[in-house]
Amino acid sequence: MSDNSAQSYWKSNIKIVLSLLAVWFFISFGCGILLVDFLDNFRIGGFKLGFWIAQQGAILVFVVLIFVYIYLMDKLDDKYNLETSNSNQAQTQSNSEGDAS
Amino acid sequence: MSVQIWTFVFVFLTFGLYIGIAIWSRAGSTSEFYVAGSDVPPLANGMATAADWMSAASFISMAGLISFLGRDGTFYLMGWTGGYVLLALLLAPYLRKFGKFTVPDFIGDRYYSKTARLIAVFCAITISFVYVCGQMQGAGIVFSRFLEVDITTGVVIGMAIVFFYAVMGGMKGITYTQVAQYCVLIFAFMVPAIFISILMTGIPIPQLGFGAELTEAFGGGFLLDRLDGMSEELGFATYTEGQRSTQDVFFITAALMFGTAGLPHVIIRFFTVPNVRDARRSAGYALVFIAILYTTAPAVAAFARTNLINTVDNVEYSEVPEWFTKWEATNLIAFEDKNDDGRIQYVGDPETNELNVNRDIMVLANPEIAGLPNWVVALVAAGALAAALSTAAGLLLVISTSVAHDFMKRSFMPTITERQELTYARIAIFVAVLIAGYVGINPPAYVAQVVAYAFGLAAASFFPAIVLGIFQKRMNKHGAIAGMVAGFLFTAFYIIYFKTLNPALDNADGWLLGISPEGIGTFGTLVNLLVALTVAQFTPEPPEDVQQIVENIRLPGEAVAR
Repeated sequence: MSDNSAQSYWKSNIKIVLSLLAVWFFISFGCGILLVDFLDNFRIGGFKLGFWIAQQGAILVFVVLIFVYIYLMDKLDDKYNLETSNSNQAQTQSNSEGDAS
Repeated sequence: MSVQIWTFVFVFLTFGLYIGIAIWSRAGSTSEFYVAGSDVPPLANGMATAADWMSAASFISMAGLISFLGRDGTFYLMGWTGGYVLLALLLAPYLRKFGKFTVPDFIGDRYYSKTARLIAVFCAITISFVYVCGQMQGAGIVFSRFLEVDITTGVVIGMAIVFFYAVMGGMKGITYTQVAQYCVLIFAFMVPAIFISILMTGIPIPQLGFGAELTEAFGGGFLLDRLDGMSEELGFATYTEGQRSTQDVFFITAALMFGTAGLPHVIIRFFTVPNVRDARRSAGYALVFIAILYTTAPAVAAFARTNLINTVDNVEYSEVPEWFTKWEATNLIAFEDKNDDGRIQYVGDPETNELNVNRDIMVLANPEIAGLPNWVVALVAAGALAAALSTAAGLLLVISTSVAHDFMKRSFMPTITERQELTYARIAIFVAVLIAGYVGINPPAYVAQVVAYAFGLAAASFFPAIVLGIFQKRMNKHGAIAGMVAGFLFTAFYIIYFKTLNPALDNADGWLLGISPEGIGTFGTLVNLLVALTVAQFTPEPPEDVQQIVENIRLPGEAVAR
């Protein structure tokens, strides 16, 4: 891979990471801690909204964030033809040498 | 069958399973011993990571802590899950690409310095060791209460099991036992939670029952409203409102998140998958598996609290249920009849409150409080043991790799053969198990406290050093070393100052900016970053080949380093 495309791959990577971290910060520290009392004015079912985000919602958002990251990075890798799955084979081979015992 | 017989059956079956797996997965090479040969499928690694991560504290203590903290308990929930976002986005894929065995490996190579490697060894061993002591204690509590053996025998049995599969199988044995342990612990956590949710709200999903209306038998009304009402009536803090200051909750949450992402036993799990893509995936799977327990725990906390108040407040002491007397024997519940009326007054005011409940028993006693069948009660014991042993094994492996690989092979005895290194690794695990067992039997008073601070120390030392090593090519050894030392010392000093030297000042007025010792790791992280960046400005940039390493780990695929 050329230096140029490595640079632009890294830039796109940083952009993905920063935007996902912005959501991460907003939902956990923003909604779950800083705005929690305000959000408690609203209700969903038996929950106050702020309390629900702090004890349930934020965790669900974290899970979603990681899977969005996996999806976006897979797409980015494909765009730059960074096929990583074949390294699996090389890895297994190099390890089998140590398995003699 | 009695609870005790059921417990014997479950513990015997699960331990047999772990030993079977250990025999099946013997490690022959250092690669297998340290990183399970790097061919663990991402789904299995996700489960193993979840079991590795969820310790006796998550299983036994967390729901109990939350049920006494109410909304403030949030920092455990978000802190111990949000860290996985950082781990997945900032660390796991790059460290996998780097592809060595340990965290000190990365620090030592990236910062081209034996000093940096040794500091990392020191931090890894300190953090893992305080953490492992807590696991042994947790195992001891379970054994003593459910099998009614004494704590010493309990700890020795636990040690023998961990020793057997960790020494034989190394990371490979640990990984596959952790997969089994995850299944045991999540089943053991969910079954009682589902039972109780059905009992109290008629809804089989605890996460939904948490926000639902109570059944007629429990008096109707939304669970949380009811709990708020009862708490206020008895003079406790309102359950769904916070008591701690916003900045303290903010800092504690951040410290737990950064700490999670900096814990060596979690990080090394990502060295065990075949490639970068799988590292990302297994971080996602791990968080799914963790979230199942972490979204259930606050529901269990609310159910348990409601149930406890309903069951014991204003009840004749002579008429307390059987579980109450059993737990009294372990001193984890204590009743003192201050006004001599023969009834238990459980209220918020410490002057008139007559009941002290140790928060650790909330999960263990919850099925009994709710009157669930004996086999469910016994299942919880097996789950708690799975949680404690799986984490202990992961931590012991970090200690052993740090000693055999980083300290001996990479720092002082580079000429030893692979077979010798493997022997040293096994000896190191053996010694670590013995010390941890000793501390589990004779716990120093501060161990339980120190475990919580392991996070602050990990946050202030490893997390910034690794992130800078990946994202800041200009970061050199001077900056990284200065940052780690400054962050670690600052955090350690702050904690020791308030917990040991001057405990009288340990309150919101005495703290720096109102931040408790639990949350100071966040500040330590900032100190580390600031010192590292400043020092790096005034010292020479890292050599060309190190900058090349950084370029290389930023791209997945291509050359696989090993």
